Amino acid sequence: MILTAEEVRKIAALARIKLKDEEVEKFRKELSVVLDYVSELEKVNTEGVEEISQVTGLENVLREDHAKLSEYRDAIIASFPERKDDFLKIKSIL
Amino acid sequence: MELAFLEISELAEKLRNKEISSVELTKYFLKRIKEYDGASGLNAFLTVTEEEALAQALEADKILASDPHASVLTGIPYAAKDLFSTKGIRTTASSKILDKFVPVFDATAIEKLNTEKAVLLGKTNLDEFAHGSSTETSAYGPSKNPWDVTRIPGGSSGGSAAAVAAGLVPFALATETGGSIRQPASLCGICGWKPTYGRVSRYGVIAMTSSNDSPGTIARSVKDLAITAEILSGHDLKDSTTSVKEIPNYAANLRSDLKGVKIGVPKEYFIPGMQPEVEARIHEAIAKLKELGAEIIEVSLPLTKYGSLVYAIVTPAEISSNLARFDGIRYGHRSKDAKDLLDIYDQSREEGFGDEAKRRILTGAYALSAGYYDAYYLKAQKVRRLLVNEFDEVFKKVDALVCASVPNVAQKIGNAKDNPLFGYIADQLNIPASMAGLPALSIPCGFAKAEDGDAIMPVGLQIIGQQWGEQNVFNIGHAYQTITDWHKKYPKGYGE
Amino acid sequence: MTEKNNTNSYTPVIGLEIHVQLKTKSKMFCDSPNNPDETVPNTNICEVCTAQPGTLPVVNKEAIRLGTLLGLALNCKIASSSKFDRKSYFYPDLPKGYQISQYDKPIAEHGYLDINVDGEVKRVRIRRAHLEEDAGKNVHPEGLGYSLVDYNRAGTPLMEIVTEPDITSAKEARIFLEELRNIVRYIGAGSADMEKGTMRLEPNISVRKPGQQELPNYKVEVKNINSFKFAEAAIEYEVERHIQMLSEGQTPKQVTMGWNEKASQTVEQRSKEEANDYRYFPDPDLPVLNLSDEFVSNLKAALPELPAAKRLRFKEEYALPDEDIQNLVNWKELTEYFEEVVSEIQAWIQADRSKEDLLKLVKMAANWCLQDFSALLNAAKINPSESRVTQENFAELLKHIADAKISVTAAKQVFAQMFEHGGEPDHIIEDLGLTQISDTAAIESAIDSVIQANEKAVLDYKAGQQKSFGFLVGMAMKELKGKGNPAIVNEILKKKLE
Repeated sequence: MILTAEEVRKIAALARIKLKDEEVEKFRKELSVVLDYVSELEKVNTEGVEEISQVTGLENVLREDHAKLSEYRDAIIASFPERKDDFLKIKSIL
Repeated sequence: MELAFLEISELAEKLRNKEISSVELTKYFLKRIKEYDGASGLNAFLTVTEEEALAQALEADKILASDPHASVLTGIPYAAKDLFSTKGIRTTASSKILDKFVPVFDATAIEKLNTEKAVLLGKTNLDEFAHGSSTETSAYGPSKNPWDVTRIPGGSSGGSAAAVAAGLVPFALATETGGSIRQPASLCGICGWKPTYGRVSRYGVIAMTSSNDSPGTIARSVKDLAITAEILSGHDLKDSTTSVKEIPNYAANLRSDLKGVKIGVPKEYFIPGMQPEVEARIHEAIAKLKELGAEIIEVSLPLTKYGSLVYAIVTPAEISSNLARFDGIRYGHRSKDAKDLLDIYDQSREEGFGDEAKRRILTGAYALSAGYYDAYYLKAQKVRRLLVNEFDEVFKKVDALVCASVPNVAQKIGNAKDNPLFGYIADQLNIPASMAGLPALSIPCGFAKAEDGDAIMPVGLQIIGQQWGEQNVFNIGHAYQTITDWHKKYPKGYGE
Repeated sequence: MTEKNNTNSYTPVIGLEIHVQLKTKSKMFCDSPNNPDETVPNTNICEVCTAQPGTLPVVNKEAIRLGTLLGLALNCKIASSSKFDRKSYFYPDLPKGYQISQYDKPIAEHGYLDINVDGEVKRVRIRRAHLEEDAGKNVHPEGLGYSLVDYNRAGTPLMEIVTEPDITSAKEARIFLEELRNIVRYIGAGSADMEKGTMRLEPNISVRKPGQQELPNYKVEVKNINSFKFAEAAIEYEVERHIQMLSEGQTPKQVTMGWNEKASQTVEQRSKEEANDYRYFPDPDLPVLNLSDEFVSNLKAALPELPAAKRLRFKEEYALPDEDIQNLVNWKELTEYFEEVVSEIQAWIQADRSKEDLLKLVKMAANWCLQDFSALLNAAKINPSESRVTQENFAELLKHIADAKISVTAAKQVFAQMFEHGGEPDHIIEDLGLTQISDTAAIESAIDSVIQANEKAVLDYKAGQQKSFGFLVGMAMKELKGKGNPAIVNEILKKKLE
């Protein structure tokens, strides 16, 4: 399965990573290797098999609706890279 | 005093006999870290928390003096893989994107050890965001294998493994997603426990593959692992994937014989590329288990080879999602060059993530993207169910499985460079059990000569149990350690 | 103007996507407080809803209950097996870089809501309703080059409701929204207030050309609508815009439009995501939800009387006019209060009055609730239960009016007092000396003096000038200090002037 540079750029845009041109080529090759490697899975017959996303078999894990103010609130705000009063400050959302 | 390579219970005894205080013990290990670690040394630690450790040790000594029922871990130093959030203490995931990051809260595992009054000496090196099997993807350089510093300690918990192997700490917290505890434990000749998924809370552990991540420990003996297992296991309200199953007295229940125990040896785990000497060690170990009274049964797990393939899709897919929060917006590295909002994202992530992280994010985004979800992620999760079913079947016949942890001994640093499949192949014997969420151990079972050079390197025996079957796995490992002393061996050159 | 659903004209095809904030105490996946009225930014936040590394979600039980209840109130089928999925995209108000939502196994599906449009019942089908977490809020100070983010709202529970494109006019949309709002309030799921943002709307609009049977091949989404009024205006505007373009042979671009309040028009918006590939996959941190039949049927049994049923019952039991019923039902707390007043009335009317009398009193109660009471409540910005007028006293005041103990005018005065200071009608009537005079002797005597003192008016009336009668009534009332029973005054005056 060979990816094109175009496809790599498209994924990089989705993943919000600004790849350099050399990286696009490098990852294009490497991703293609991985996708090739996993293509063997097609050989496994999974007809009628339900996918598993939770190996523990747990279900209905719920929490009671109690509210509490967090002791970490101030520390969280303090770690904002940029602040204005209690807001998180970022470059303008166009 | 030969403290560096003693087990937890031995150190605990010395503390209670007042042969040594926790503060002295802490200073002792801190001194060893200064001497043998660092960028020019083993490079096992990224952050050493000297001040905090001494304060904790002081507290521990007070408890030891006043409370006759103090936990066995009271005053015992340990290290934590730099994936565990430690409040007020830098936590980097070995990534530039978190280089200066300081968490505001403690991971549940850390909280539990704090409650036991164990003493945190520092945070250990790992592959960046746990993506790897050698620590070579760390933004801070690889850690070294204490048995041969030109070789990898394994990964991703390489720093924890190296630290324990060189006697810099008696035990360390680590995590496993697809071999990250077993593989480094095997390569460094020490013991590693990967819990049943859901046995130990993941809360506060920086997420890699949410459906696999299992926080565990690395220590000098199975008994030590059992001790830590009792403390770390348990339901956590903050982690919806933890079980409410009761926690057995793992350590107290340990046996020294294996009469009536059925052990399966899966033939597919003796793969073609396996080192002959490694294979020999495994068979010798199996013979020992037979001596102890176990019944050895050959079994077959035909889907084994697909484990790594499933992993190679599911892992990047979940990673691509779990790493989305590292965006320079609320914490962590924010690019100075960002001209607008999109730049904050694009540049910060470009600058902050290493190659392997990028590789996995891109692969994962691709596997989940429209049009490919069914062919990749969905398919992989279906095969995963088949893997789970296959294990379920085999555990109807046997109590546990044994095999090699890694098909070879530690290779040279630099060999894995830019091989996108390295991790998947190195961990292929570990991954199937990980995908099924099963508990497993790696314990030392001898040595073998490296195929590239003269180094004599450790070999690890892997023991896999059925879901929630920690006790069986610990029993087998412990019994083996009552008639062998591989776990008492340690590398030369570390002062003892 | 209602567009008729008839293929000889351009027919709007409207589907609604509505987000309803659920009124839980804590957020959807963490225990930070859920308070839409919080004014200090980043107060109700914790390590989970700000996506600190290593944090994990835990589902709020009450959100599941309210979500299921809302699904049931919308006649949906509740999923026996449901799950949460991650919806990935990057935006500053979305801390994790993904929203935990529901993709292919939503909690509720295939329901409907019947609405009343100009006397006819129209069924709007509900395609699905699912649970998800809300994002934070962004503030964009004009022209300053930076934006501010507040995570108070991030992680609060939402129910996203999607209708089939069954709606064919702006008016229908508005009626649907009002009914939905009522339902949400009646089941206690939330305040569903568009101005406050606890209910948000994004209509999807397209228009069928005359004779077109199949669905149009485009649709336009409209954002930034924050009131029912604007919802109706925006939809009308868009429909017109589409009809205009279609009649010129063009197809409207499939984009997102934003409603511009000031300009009263829609404007094309920049989409926040260039490629909307959300890469949905099941959230591995959250085990499945298997809702038992028992759980669902218990909730169904616990559903309170919904607006539609209440309207029907009010019509049958109270014979009130439709508009009154609608206005009452639209204000849940007022309806509850009204019914309590009615039961007070029913208590003392049992024995000696007829059913007709009862209905008259009920109508009186409705009028007073909808007019005087509502006016005072709105001015004070409170709900009936927060006022000083008890249901009992309210009913008693009405009783006095019915018994002609006081005039309506006097009653209004008494009511105002009760609202301001509380107190019982009897005491207030006495204190203010408002007891109506119904004693015929006193009234006769007053009328006699008035007739004597106003000869000209009497003559004018007898000559045919009706106005003079009113004048004489007024004088008589003045004589009686306004407390004369108007009916008796009129009767006696008329008799005496014959």
